[in-house]
Amino acid sequence: MVRLKTMVVYLDHAATSPIRPEVLQRYTDYLTVLGNPSSVHTAGQTSRKALEEAREEIARAIDCNRNEIIFTAGGTEADNLAIKGLFWAQNRKDARRKVVLSAYTEHHAVIDPIEWLEREQGAEAIWIPVDEFGVVNLAWLEKFLAERADEVALISLMWANNETGVITPISKVTEIAKRFDIPVHSDAVAALGHIPLSFADSGLAAMAITAHKVGGPVGVGALVVARSIKLTSLVHGGGQERAMRSGTMNAAGAKAFSLAVTLAVANLEQHSLHTSKLRDQVIRGVMQLVPDARFSRGEAPGLPDNAHFTFPGCSGDSLLFLLDQAGVCVSNGSACQAGVTAASHVLLTMGRDEAEASGCLRITLGASNTAEDVQKFLDALPAAHAGARRAGYTTS
Amino acid sequence: MKVLAAMSGGVDSAVAAARAVEAGHEVVGVHLALSRMPGTLRTGSRGCCTIEDSMDAQRAANILGIPYYVWDFSERFKLDVVDDFIAEYQAGRTPNPCMRCNERIKFAALLEKALALGFDAVCTGHYASLVDGPEGLELHRSAAMAKDQSYVLGVLTEEQLKHSMFPLGAMASKALVRAEAEQRGLAVAQKPDSYDICFIPEGDTQDWIADKLGKEVGAIVDRSGNVLGAHEGAHGFTVGQRKGLNIGRPAADGKPRYVLEIRPKTNTVVVGPQEALAIAELGGSRYTWCGAAPAEPSEWFEAHVQVRAHGEAVPCKAAVQDGELVMKLQEPLIGVSPGQTAVLYVGTRVLGQTTIDRTVSALAEVEA
Repeated sequence: MVRLKTMVVYLDHAATSPIRPEVLQRYTDYLTVLGNPSSVHTAGQTSRKALEEAREEIARAIDCNRNEIIFTAGGTEADNLAIKGLFWAQNRKDARRKVVLSAYTEHHAVIDPIEWLEREQGAEAIWIPVDEFGVVNLAWLEKFLAERADEVALISLMWANNETGVITPISKVTEIAKRFDIPVHSDAVAALGHIPLSFADSGLAAMAITAHKVGGPVGVGALVVARSIKLTSLVHGGGQERAMRSGTMNAAGAKAFSLAVTLAVANLEQHSLHTSKLRDQVIRGVMQLVPDARFSRGEAPGLPDNAHFTFPGCSGDSLLFLLDQAGVCVSNGSACQAGVTAASHVLLTMGRDEAEASGCLRITLGASNTAEDVQKFLDALPAAHAGARRAGYTTS
Repeated sequence: MKVLAAMSGGVDSAVAAARAVEAGHEVVGVHLALSRMPGTLRTGSRGCCTIEDSMDAQRAANILGIPYYVWDFSERFKLDVVDDFIAEYQAGRTPNPCMRCNERIKFAALLEKALALGFDAVCTGHYASLVDGPEGLELHRSAAMAKDQSYVLGVLTEEQLKHSMFPLGAMASKALVRAEAEQRGLAVAQKPDSYDICFIPEGDTQDWIADKLGKEVGAIVDRSGNVLGAHEGAHGFTVGQRKGLNIGRPAADGKPRYVLEIRPKTNTVVVGPQEALAIAELGGSRYTWCGAAPAEPSEWFEAHVQVRAHGEAVPCKAAVQDGELVMKLQEPLIGVSPGQTAVLYVGTRVLGQTTIDRTVSALAEVEA
């Protein structure tokens, strides 16, 4: 088996999480099940049964109707389907609806489809302001809708921010949107398994989730779409998944996904207690060792597993390099295709300058982490910070 | 030693890193991101600066079993190399951006960062040799004369040499480096060399410069000031250029005319016969010594001077006079332009360099 070469402390669970042993077992078991879920014969029916069991299992875990789940290849695809699909459907119904409302603190899986719609499809992207802690200004949203609701195609706001961990009060968003009859999509990838989440109660039109952030495999996710909502498909073919996502369905992936989500939701209370204790240990330790570090989301409500800081005078890539050399895997929160640690668009949107937005670290905790892991990180931090400070902020 | 191997994604830096690993150093591979949007800078692979190159560098690091990181120097690169390149053209000079990159990025910003982060040296795939001399470290030409890159490293100071490693200096040819890459299983073994300027798409410098600086009609004149034609911007010309002048009338003697001088203040291009391109003396005040300085720099000494990366070195007498490094050439050089770098050699050793501020024509009556 391929394993990490040296024993490392892994504090980057928001990037991807270790697959749970029972999920791995189920995944590999189902990979050997023969049959295309769309085939009519017995083999096909066996696979279809597995797929539909998975759909029901996920529906129970996130409190939605089984028919509302559209399996995708992951969170990014789900976000694309929701945003483009909702925009096209809304725009076709009423050509005046060209505005897509979102915040520039969103994941690129949301920002980039919106910017693409603006560039290529005549949409108008309007970014809702956020405060210095990344909290979306709902009063602004309400005022905007009061003036221009009949131009709005959809609102997309993430349930929790993947970088800073700040939580959006989704039910407040949908409550406002409902008054103007605007559908709301939410990227819930970072929130799933960390905070309680009910699709039925949320008032959302659509919600994106993925398996690999909750102990499932990479390559399977879902868009949950309320039954009343019409989406235009991105992928055309055999008409699978209510004709919203053509392509042979991934039964083994769905089975693994459903077990991972079920376990994550069942253990949520215990898990968040565990991670929040470690997170508080991280925050205490960092603030003690580096007094000028800044906890990014301040007092705003946030995820239990996430601690995100900026370190004045340091470049994020130096911090990351020195911690990695010391055997600690953390993240800057965003990385581009070429692996360049660029200034975080989230922090820039929160009003931080380029230098501050480049000197950040995200620590995200998981079930397997211990107080010793956090201690190892804290032990490595002073030297890493001193080195990074010496190297300075070199990108400008 | 803890060594940072600067890996461009090309074959030379990959083999250099491999040799550093083999020499027993603790090596970390680092690729410099020189553009914020690598995909938009250039498409495909061309030796550095693209996503494809970054991936090639990563694959090479994987094969060598060393850690690999990408560091962002795009902002510094823009300020110190790209903007400088444009400003030099604007001032009527012909800059060498690779040299600037070595001076300001690879052996300055990168080296400083590396030292701060606990490295002892930066290793690159340049073809040049470091030699322990009686007065300290010396930079010499590489064994492979055809590939020799000591010219572009002429800007390095003694302190920078101490923290540099050029493992390819002793290689007799590029073919041997490729063969070694093949043998080591490095996929970049047959990757084509890059010759053009990494931040200029399609390799068309004149177009790119015209796009940045705009077009402005100016005069083409002869040495007596007679107007011979017009051009769309003096920055589109380099000294020694013959083609693209578009002067209708032939010269009185029927010989082709060359660009002799660019006067950015008046947007004027001066042309004349080839013999007027011959330069007898060079001077520059922005000089540095590569390793130990000469004991008496104000005394005239024998050396060779090279003004292009792959140009020939000509014999000269050099000395520092009134704060300027002056080189009196024993054979004239053709088409030398202010802004170019003159690198001084004593035998194979690089003694120092200066950016050329001033040239003196070999034709006694004309001074540029």
